[in-house]
Amino acid sequence: MWQFFHKLGSPKWFYGIAGRFMPWLLGLGLVLSLAGIVWGLAFAPQDYLQGNSYRIIFIHVPTAFLAQSVYMMMAVAGVITLVWKMKLADVFVRAAAPVGAILTVLALFTGAVWGKPTWGTWWIWDARLTSMLILLFLYLGIIGLSHAYSDEKTAARAVAVLTVVGVVNIPIIKYSVNWWNTLHQPATFKLTEKPTMVPEMWVPLLLAVLGTYLLFGWVSLYRMQTEVLRRERRTRWVKDVIAAGGGSQLKSGGA
Amino acid sequence: MAFDSFSAFIIMEGHGPYVWTCYGVFFLLMALITWLSVRDRRRVVRTQQREQTVASPGQTDTVRNERTGGGFQRIPTSQSESISKS
Amino acid sequence: MGQQQSLSITVLDPVTTSPGLFQSMVAVLQRDLRLSIRQKQDLLNPLLFFVMVVALFPLGVSPESEFLKEAGAGILWVGALLATLLSLDHLFRFDYEDGTLEQMALQPQPLFVLVLAKTLAHWLATGLPLVILTPMLGMMLFLDGNSVAILCLTLLIGTPVLSLIGSVGAALTVGLRAGGVLLSLLVIPLYIPVLIFGTGTVMAAAGGSDVSGHLALMAAMLMLAVILAPLAAAAALKISLSAS
Repeated sequence: MWQFFHKLGSPKWFYGIAGRFMPWLLGLGLVLSLAGIVWGLAFAPQDYLQGNSYRIIFIHVPTAFLAQSVYMMMAVAGVITLVWKMKLADVFVRAAAPVGAILTVLALFTGAVWGKPTWGTWWIWDARLTSMLILLFLYLGIIGLSHAYSDEKTAARAVAVLTVVGVVNIPIIKYSVNWWNTLHQPATFKLTEKPTMVPEMWVPLLLAVLGTYLLFGWVSLYRMQTEVLRRERRTRWVKDVIAAGGGSQLKSGGA
Repeated sequence: MAFDSFSAFIIMEGHGPYVWTCYGVFFLLMALITWLSVRDRRRVVRTQQREQTVASPGQTDTVRNERTGGGFQRIPTSQSESISKS
Repeated sequence: MGQQQSLSITVLDPVTTSPGLFQSMVAVLQRDLRLSIRQKQDLLNPLLFFVMVVALFPLGVSPESEFLKEAGAGILWVGALLATLLSLDHLFRFDYEDGTLEQMALQPQPLFVLVLAKTLAHWLATGLPLVILTPMLGMMLFLDGNSVAILCLTLLIGTPVLSLIGSVGAALTVGLRAGGVLLSLLVIPLYIPVLIFGTGTVMAAAGGSDVSGHLALMAAMLMLAVILAPLAAAAALKISLSAS
């Protein structure tokens, strides 16, 4: 366990192991998410209430799900940065924050477009959409703060504090927004509430969720590798990788 | 197949535009984040390659080898291999 | 019993050479309050801002008493929130620039205690005056007496939370030259629950329901903020100080 932890501290080890995982993540992720999406778009039965517009669920739920869990992962990484000062945790936060923000934008956009045929308006101050909007603000704050500092170490620790403070607030925000929502529009038809989802609907949804998770894994590892290359550019092994064109795989001879 | 024909699949009983916009934007932004990531990687690699070729002599052994070799391109020699292994 | 006593004596021993926790808190509090009284502009600006923002709504939307009655609580809460936000940038800025903060971080007392004292001073200098101004502005927005009372109560519980959460944001951005705008970006999302419960309580009271539960929830938020925010702000301050 501790050996694994120490190995994680070695950027070169990380680079190699990430390179070994990435093709699998990309391949499986593409297959699963495309299978889920094609199944959901063309083969899943129609929803008796919402008609075909519910087919947006196969990208709305994965992006919304992922956007929230990416924030949680960043908060965990933030704790690791603060407590163990592990550099890779901060590399992850830097790599993941823009991806998380884009996922949040996607979840908001698909939610809004879904709202048009369902509620008749593009935007509704529904509890889920509003929470997602606040999550987007949190992401933007993190990205803004991480770019505001010129010193990398300071930025890492400041961002870690901010993500941890944010994650403490997320349950409070969720609770308050839900409460506010019931206060203002009592119990309307909820977007993603699915009391009776047949397997033909939720299996492709599950595939799409799994697939996007794997794809996120791939893109974040790729971005982490880039950040590692940038930070460790003075070391010998990075110079070798750069000279070889900066590919994601470490040559077995160099490892 | 939940639809009778391809045109029915596209139209989706009037919900087509909403569904297809969502999927379009989804793939667009996914492509955008991938493109941005690849561009970042290329940028890092390119600036480092440039720095390595113009690096001052004597900074590292590999660079000195290249200098004495006359060319600016990095040539994997047996000497540099053994150094990187040690 | 006797063992405990001897233990407490050894723990308290450094106190004979430096002031105790409570004393140092009071000292920081007094100093900050004296400073803000001398810097009258800093004391007045958030208040003026508050009054002006509130005056914008009847001018910008509608002076009808029906609209103002309904929106009054929200307007006053948003105004108080923005006024607090405006004053946050100065919470640590001057002490950071003249090196006082560095001295504070070197004190034997834990930094979060001093941060708590500074935040309390900030609330006394901005939050409390806002609450005192609220009844007058509430009358101008045609709120009835009961609503004004509840509104003042929610602001009394809520504005310290705003100061406390804001202290974390201020501590994170104190080392940055253009920290002000970023500070709002960081802090506003964290302010949303306070705003929701603040205005929600007033609305529930106007609807005739019992609001003691709402107030208890807000008080719980205050307790949570008092415990956690100074710790986070102190950690953030240490990060900002190490960067300089």
